Formats: sequence, structure tokens, C-alpha cells
Amino acid sequence: MSRPAHRRPEYHKINKDLFVLTYGALVAQLCKDYERDEDVNKYLDKMGYGIGTRLVEDFLARSCVRRCHSYSEITDIIAQVAFKMYLGITPSVTCNNPSRTEFSLILDKNPLVEFVEELPAGRSSLCYCNLLCGIIRGALEMVHLAADVTFLQDTLKGDRVTEIGITFLKKLDEKKYRRKK
Amino acid sequence: MADAALFEFLHMEMVAELWAHHSDPGPGGQKMSLSVLEGMGFRVGQALGERLPQETLAFREELDVLKFLCKDLWVAVFQKQMDSLRTNHQGTYVLQDNSFPLLIRMASGPQYLEEAPKFLAFTCGLLRGTLSTLGIKSLVTASVASLPTCKFQVVIQKT
Repeated sequence: MSRPAHRRPEYHKINKDLFVLTYGALVAQLCKDYERDEDVNKYLDKMGYGIGTRLVEDFLARSCVRRCHSYSEITDIIAQVAFKMYLGITPSVTCNNPSRTEFSLILDKNPLVEFVEELPAGRSSLCYCNLLCGIIRGALEMVHLAADVTFLQDTLKGDRVTEIGITFLKKLDEKKYRRKK
Repeated sequence: MADAALFEFLHMEMVAELWAHHSDPGPGGQKMSLSVLEGMGFRVGQALGERLPQETLAFREELDVLKFLCKDLWVAVFQKQMDSLRTNHQGTYVLQDNSFPLLIRMASGPQYLEEAPKFLAFTCGLLRGTLSTLGIKSLVTASVASLPTCKFQVVIQKT
């Protein structure tokens, strides 16, 4: 595909806006379709999961990540490579437990809510960005990793930052270590 | 471009999901689903229209607006220009894209032609929404004769 002759910076912004605006229209539509916040959240997660299972191939094709040997490496790649590539931000990563299976991605800035000032009235339990959780979960599952992914903090609910918690559920290499007699 | 990929995946999932939710055995069900997608596209098109650089908004003629859609808007949204623009100079325009990005992932073959309208509804709304922000009321429909080529027909509504 040939590149266009010019690439004005404002058009680059339109491209980014397109995803964010479409996402907003989707959430608005789901709010019309479902009365309960839990149902909207569930659908966003389900759609995200569907996207994640396909997005991971796109990601692996664009990035040349090497094989990971720990959950911590994987989480770093999600934050530093994947988020940067698709959303233009790099969340910071913290590890929440000594066995290193629970992590948090902390987003100071969340592009998905750029045009959202506050949650719609009567929608205080809405996880506006729940699509992201589904995407991460779906992508991880395609590389044979089961994980729970949820929002731990949400700026739309009054928190200072947005925090996504990833809890890996299965050991990566079951037989590799621990050959104790 | 990675940003575009994210939109394309979201669009694909929306088509699949909204279809499943709104579908209904009769032809009435099909229309409702397409109009939901078209309506979403309209809202996004309106919002995009508001974000366009100010100098693009001073158009002299209707044809200039359509040319703008075919060149600048299409490049901003789909990273390519529309391949052809035809008009009868009486308010009807046909915009043809020979390899429409939202159809590219579909295999070409007659059995997929039936599915194609679902993938065009959002974009029809997008065009209609952008035109609306630029002060033009229109009806936009799309047709596919062979994948991945599609034609968008814009009929200007004179009030």
C-alpha cells in the first residue's frame, strides 16, 4: 500500500480520535440496550475478549517480542510495547504479591476517556473502559495464559488514576522447576 | 498503522456483536441492526467533522465538500484516498473505493457479498455525519458488486 503524499499532523489525531469516538458511541449504544451496569460491563468485557484474541496476532506480527520467562516480563511487554503501540501510552507496572502473579498497570492518562467528563447519570457502576480488560484477557488466553483482569481504580469513579489488575492464574512452566525429592 | 488496526478490530467486533443482539428472523430485524450501526457512524462522523482543521470548512461549492471527503477525510480515517468520484451534477455522487479497508479482511467470493452491507453501515453513517457537520443534509447508502470494491452513494437532500 503506498503512503499518501502528505500526512498532516491533525489527520493523525483524527485517526486516534476515530477509535475513541467509536468506542464512546458503542458504550452509549450498550447503555441504551441494557439497563443494568453489570450487563454493559459484561458485554464490553466479552467484546474486548473477542478483539483480544485477534489483536494478539496483529501485535506479534508488528513487534518482535522474544519469548518470556516470567509473568513480570509479560506484564512489562503489555505495558511498554502493546499499550504504547495501540494507545500511545505507557502505563507503569507494579507487582502486588510476593509470588509475582498479581500485577497492576497504572495509567496516569487514559485516552479512552478523553472526551468523557463523567459517567452518565444513574450509571455509577459502569466500567467505561471494560473493553480493555477483555482485550488483555483474550490476548493472554491466545498465548495459553489464563488471567483475571479487572479495574481496580477508575478516574471516572473519582480515583486519582486508572489501575488495571492482572492476576495470572496458571503457572507458566509447570514442570520446569520444583523437582524436590 | 496500529491505531487504525484497533479501530478495525473494534468495528469488526461491533458488527458481529450488534448483529447477534439485534437480529431477528425477519427482514425487519436486519434493517434495525444496520440502522443502529449507521446511527453510531453518524454520531462519530459528526464529532469528527467538528475536529477538522478550520480552513477546510470554508468550502465554496458542494463538489468541493465531496472532494474533501474523498481525499482528506478518507486519508485521515482509512489511510488512503477514495479511488473515484462521479456525479450527475444534480446532487447525487458516487464514491468508489476499490479496496475498502473494512472489507479487506473478508475473503472475496459471492457467498460473502451478503455479509458486506453490515460492514458498510457504520461508514455510511460516518459520511452522513461529517456532511451534516459541514452543513449538508444527505442520504448515504453503499453497495458492493465484488469484494473488496464498494461504492458509496451520497444523495444531497434539499430542504
